[in-house]
Amino acid sequence: MSTDTKATGPFVEDPDVPEYTVYGSDWSEVAAEAARLGQQRIVMNMGPQHPSTHGVLRVMLELEGEIVTEARAGIGYLHTGIEKNMEFRTWTQGVTFCTRMDYVASMTQELAYCLGIEKLLGITDDIPERASVLRVLMAELTRIGSHLVAVGTGGNELGATTIMTTAFVAREETFRVIEAISGLRTNNAYIRPGGVAQGLPEGGVEMIRAMIPKVKEGLDELALLQIENPILKGRLKNVATMNLSACMALGITGPILRSTGLPYDLRKAEPYCGYETYDFQVPTSTDNDAWSRMVIRMEECYESLKIVAQCADRLEKMGDGPVMVEDKKIAWPAQLSIGGDGQGNSPEHIKHIMGESMEALIHHFKLVTEGFDVPAGQVYQAIEGPKGLLGVHLVSDGGTKPWRAHFRDPGFNNLQALSIMAQGGQMADVVVAIASIDMVLGGVDR
Amino acid sequence: MSDDQNLETPAPEGRAPLTLINVREGLFGAKGDTSGYDGLIQHVQMPGASERPYGEWFDGVVDVLTELLGDDADEAIEYVVVDRGELTLYIAREHLLAVAQHLRDDQDLRFEMCLGVSGVHYPADTGRELHAVYPMQSVTHNRRLRLEVAVPDGDSHIPSITSIYPMNNWHERETWDFFGIIFDGHPSLARIEMPDDWVGHPQRKDYPLGGIPVEYKGAEIPSPDERRQYR
Repeated sequence: MSTDTKATGPFVEDPDVPEYTVYGSDWSEVAAEAARLGQQRIVMNMGPQHPSTHGVLRVMLELEGEIVTEARAGIGYLHTGIEKNMEFRTWTQGVTFCTRMDYVASMTQELAYCLGIEKLLGITDDIPERASVLRVLMAELTRIGSHLVAVGTGGNELGATTIMTTAFVAREETFRVIEAISGLRTNNAYIRPGGVAQGLPEGGVEMIRAMIPKVKEGLDELALLQIENPILKGRLKNVATMNLSACMALGITGPILRSTGLPYDLRKAEPYCGYETYDFQVPTSTDNDAWSRMVIRMEECYESLKIVAQCADRLEKMGDGPVMVEDKKIAWPAQLSIGGDGQGNSPEHIKHIMGESMEALIHHFKLVTEGFDVPAGQVYQAIEGPKGLLGVHLVSDGGTKPWRAHFRDPGFNNLQALSIMAQGGQMADVVVAIASIDMVLGGVDR
Repeated sequence: MSDDQNLETPAPEGRAPLTLINVREGLFGAKGDTSGYDGLIQHVQMPGASERPYGEWFDGVVDVLTELLGDDADEAIEYVVVDRGELTLYIAREHLLAVAQHLRDDQDLRFEMCLGVSGVHYPADTGRELHAVYPMQSVTHNRRLRLEVAVPDGDSHIPSITSIYPMNNWHERETWDFFGIIFDGHPSLARIEMPDDWVGHPQRKDYPLGGIPVEYKGAEIPSPDERRQYR
């Protein structure tokens, strides 16, 4: 133990309070030493590089023995200025940026952003139904993937590696379908202003149908591993509790809010992309704890699979068709297929602009390099992301680039609840609290 | 775009002017009249104040709020905009706390959640450069409206609404961090995304994006904010 304070400066700005900086040693020795010195206040830094903080999160804990008396979260380690960067790219290019915010649920941001642009353009009703169904399909596959990561890593952080591997295997099945449709597993840039980048590949519907039982199998296996597991129950039940009034005060949405009994889900409350026409339930619980949040996430995966099955039926019934608005001033080339260079291309479109029509080539060049104008104004678009309410505030100055794009990431807001969940509990339960909030720091910091 | 829209419209008597989003200049900026007779200058404004009836539930909410604010209502609600099916109330900062309190507490309003605060910087909008935009969500009535507070750059103080909406704690820190809007009464208005010792507020329009030129096959490609581009 030494009294030097290193680069970060003293945590307590009181010269009368001695401060001890400890670098990795046995915890009981540290505690015994602190007790010997009569030092009452122990502040511990968890992270920013810590395997159990779900990313680059720093948690400052004040401890009394094993009890957390104060917990504060420090964020910003993954701030990449995505919102600022989006102001320097066209509206369509912005999709590529916002998909990298919450990288575990990429297409959630794409969907909210594109719905916002469409509201600004006033073309919400012109989106082809096929594109809307594909958007719902992708949003639900993303939700399953995100929830599986939440449950899986949550288990891993408690030492149950099998929960993680089982969850990731099931998630991989959703990725196979996502990759076959969009070309990429994550960071898809698949949902574009006006529609989606491409329709279903050949045999797409069969592939989706073949995936559903595999994911269900993974979920069942995960449920068998977890639901009657006494260790997991002991670790999660009545831990990191937060009741409805606390959730409302802190603006918490998503599974955490639904674990307090309020069935608030924007897919039901404020349907977009035709969610009102799908048959699914909103699982809730009244236990307010980490266990109920985990169970809700599992149940939501099953509900999402129901929606995915309905999407497959609709896509089969609809057959082939456009997946992009008709307005040529907005529509980027859709119906892409992977070319020899590994890039998405539309051979028919290339044939048209390179071989048939000079005007089409000029138009294509202008649309892709300059972009399209979006009438001046502002909108707010909220959707139900896997982690809660994802809001997008867009301002246009009538040009080809956003004047301002702001994302209200649910994780950013929900992480504020960490103090309430962790304080007064065991130090080991901080890990449970973080896992039950399920934020992704890429989205929190943007 | 018609010529009328490009000209600055006079504000209603005693009311704040409309938000001037941007002044576009030059061949690559100004749109519309390309003859050059307007000097290739274009004033882009936010949609203007709406007249009653606002439609949907908007009239009811504005009525209740006006009644609750009493004599202050005219001063507090600068003007009301209904655009693209969304309701925006421009609020004078002196009355923001009263408005927020009513929005949360009145049973006919009941906007339980504030979905954060998004800053926007309009350098051309003299005297109202910095805007704070608060999306308010009512779970009870399933409604959403937007409060917007504009302050001048030199005096960028807005009362913090964390006493009414505790969830806005981090959001206000973020907006301070990125735009330099000072939320008076915030329990701990520290930077949240940028390092504590950072100088400047990165998402303001006068703050450069940064980046370095890249050489590609002998040609030099400027950084994104230095490139010649259509705006």
